[in-house]
Amino acid sequence: MIDFIARRLIAIIPVLAVVAIFVFLMLRLTPGDPAAVIAGDNATSDQIADIRTKLGLDEPIWTQFAIWIGNVLQGNFGESFFFKKTVAELIAQRVEPTLALAICTLVFAVSLSVPIGVMAAYRQGSLLDRAVMGFSVLGFSVPGFVIGYCLIYVFAIELGWLPVQGYVRIGVNFWQFLERMVLPSLTLSVGFIALISRITRASVLEVLNEDYIRTARAKGLSNRVVLMRHALRNAAVPILTVIGLGIAILIGGAVVTESVFGLPGLGRLTVEAVLSRDFPTIQTVILLFSVVYVVVNLLIDISYTLFDPRIRY
Amino acid sequence: MKKVMKRTLAAMVAGAILSSAGPVLAQGKVVKFVQNGNLTILDPIWTTAYVTRNHGYFVYDTLFAQDENNVVKPQMVDKYEVSADKTVWTFTLRDGLEWHDGKPVTSEDCIASIKRWGARDSMGQKLMDFVKEFKEVSPKTFQMVLKEPYGLVLDSLGKPSSQVPFMMPKRVADTDPFKQIDSQIGSGPFIYVNAESKPGEKHVYAKNTKYKPRAEPASGLAGGKVVKVDRVEIIEMPDPQQQVNAIAAGEIDVIEQPPHDLIPILKKEKGVTLYNWNPLGHQFIFRMNWLQPPFNNPKIREAALLSIRQEDYLKATVGEPEFYKVCTAAFICGTPNAVNAPGDLFVKPNFEKSKALLKEAGYDGTPIVLLQSTTLPVLTNTAPVTKALLEQGGFKVDMQSMDWQTVVTRRTNKGPVSQGGWNLFHTFSVAADILNPISTSYMVANGDKAWFGWPNDPEMEKLRDAYAKETDPVKNKELAAAVQARALQTAQYGWIGQWYGPGAMRSNISGWLKAPVPVMWNIEKK
Repeated sequence: MIDFIARRLIAIIPVLAVVAIFVFLMLRLTPGDPAAVIAGDNATSDQIADIRTKLGLDEPIWTQFAIWIGNVLQGNFGESFFFKKTVAELIAQRVEPTLALAICTLVFAVSLSVPIGVMAAYRQGSLLDRAVMGFSVLGFSVPGFVIGYCLIYVFAIELGWLPVQGYVRIGVNFWQFLERMVLPSLTLSVGFIALISRITRASVLEVLNEDYIRTARAKGLSNRVVLMRHALRNAAVPILTVIGLGIAILIGGAVVTESVFGLPGLGRLTVEAVLSRDFPTIQTVILLFSVVYVVVNLLIDISYTLFDPRIRY
Repeated sequence: MKKVMKRTLAAMVAGAILSSAGPVLAQGKVVKFVQNGNLTILDPIWTTAYVTRNHGYFVYDTLFAQDENNVVKPQMVDKYEVSADKTVWTFTLRDGLEWHDGKPVTSEDCIASIKRWGARDSMGQKLMDFVKEFKEVSPKTFQMVLKEPYGLVLDSLGKPSSQVPFMMPKRVADTDPFKQIDSQIGSGPFIYVNAESKPGEKHVYAKNTKYKPRAEPASGLAGGKVVKVDRVEIIEMPDPQQQVNAIAAGEIDVIEQPPHDLIPILKKEKGVTLYNWNPLGHQFIFRMNWLQPPFNNPKIREAALLSIRQEDYLKATVGEPEFYKVCTAAFICGTPNAVNAPGDLFVKPNFEKSKALLKEAGYDGTPIVLLQSTTLPVLTNTAPVTKALLEQGGFKVDMQSMDWQTVVTRRTNKGPVSQGGWNLFHTFSVAADILNPISTSYMVANGDKAWFGWPNDPEMEKLRDAYAKETDPVKNKELAAAVQARALQTAQYGWIGQWYGPGAMRSNISGWLKAPVPVMWNIEKK
């Protein structure tokens, strides 16, 4: 197991190297000059050229890459072109809302979608099953921002139960923090619930036709025990896989959800950085997202061993 | 290497802890204000971004300022004198001016601030061309010695919009003008609360209790800057629809300028008032590239201007007639330098004459590359209108859509369109930035050093110089008219309509001053 983890951790290095090169080149090859953005609308070409020199953007692209990657290897992610802060500081300021949103969404989505997926499988063809399937199609089809605006209209504007937007840090006021997490988490959960419940249903359905389930029933075990201990446990591997893959959906969704709900998280930082061509920030955030994605999927791989004793690393 | 990694890790952990457990201070009356865009840069000399200019007015003060009638009045200056030959200007600062760290504001601070601003701002650069030297007479008095008389000394020091000559402590103002300052210490009516401000979330400004306002009532950007709330928080909220939802729910107090398509919703909202705080408004600009064909040919540029109908642009972008004005004056209708363009220019297009000019000029039908910005809502519809009008006038147009940041990059390219260049793009200016031939960067015609489009017209530069040197207001008006006439004669650029963007405020907010900049002094919250 330790060998496996070590190998997987070492495998992160080439992944990150590819991501770093790709992101760096993409940013330099796409149109948009941070110096022109910084200089503003009244600046002349000479002023923009001066700013470009100060930022080191007039150096050859490979020199720029060598400087950046050299600094990254020393743990220095550079300074934002715009914020007059190090990228590390910026990310530290923005990580809490995104982490809170991701955790709330995951907890909410998993705790709802797994039971309804299991129930839909158990009652295949019933009204509940059709409702779950219908919801899944809807959840996949409707864009997150539309769901967000609908929820805001109903729960914040019409009913006035929850705030429209904003974020209160957990250490400042826990209740206000929760209030402001409900609608964004719900919004981001919808697609996730649709995905997990559908996969759960399919996996459990497959398992329910296995001989050992029939045996368990013949032994007189209750439906709850059959479903939860035998069926769900054996169906867990594909469900976990989808949750792991869904982290990408979560990251992508956070970008939109944070913008709609005014959450000052990493998703919005990414959008702001892309729009202003803040290269150091974009590069670091993308690297961070890549690390998160790889590490979460490593954890998912490790967790397979808990559910399926046949899996050994 | 380990040290750097440790430092980075420590910064991230400390940042996370501090940002999650910030103290809630006694807040009193707080105004929550949403601007048109995120405030990322805090140096108002380093960038021309309007959100940064607004930040500047919170934190810094100015030597002079424009009142609501656009007359320049002393602000930090108590009194000033000009020598008989108009080459020595002596400024004496008011008593009791001090920086937020308690140190007094001195002449050397002001001299350093003017020099830094003069290195970056177009009007400042022009002023500095005339400055021979600065002399520090006493801690409160300094002199600006000119090489020859300059008519725009007060207009320059009282310039209301980007870049504003804000006064900073010398140690801050000595920063390289092309590097950002790293201190927010000013002498303005608000103090920037760095510990509570989080870029991308909010910026906090506390009332500067030691600030000594002028005795006169507040008027525009001039007069007594009396702060009537305890603090103002700029809330970063990028989505305009959410801004409207938030003000309707009472979660924010003021929106700087909601998009025009959301104004009908705000009009129906009880508890929300629309307020046109910037009576001069803004002006749309039609900018051609003089360096590349076909607009390197003056007849083809003239043909393009003949195809313009301002009202088409204004209807397509603003919509409601109460928020726009057809105005054929380059220097903004309702201001001293305003003169209407001759005949029906910009009001009624003359497509036949445009086609005739194109034929005469030998236009070969090569498509005009028109850059369309799709991310600034107020600009998005200008390019399609231009495409339609120019095509009626005999042009072929290749409209290329892109985000605004790509437009601002692409427009710096002086090369041919085959190498990523361009022929035409649109922008807009706050009217206060373009009230005379010197502050209007579109009028500069010194070739490579001019604003994008790079017009080269020595005659125009002579007229602008004459305006700069003239100190008689009557003659200045005549020269401004001559500058506008020359711009039309060479088809230097087009001005395609004046428009207004009202702000929105909760009904318990009052005292928002009419000025070219949204300022938060004088505002009351009941």
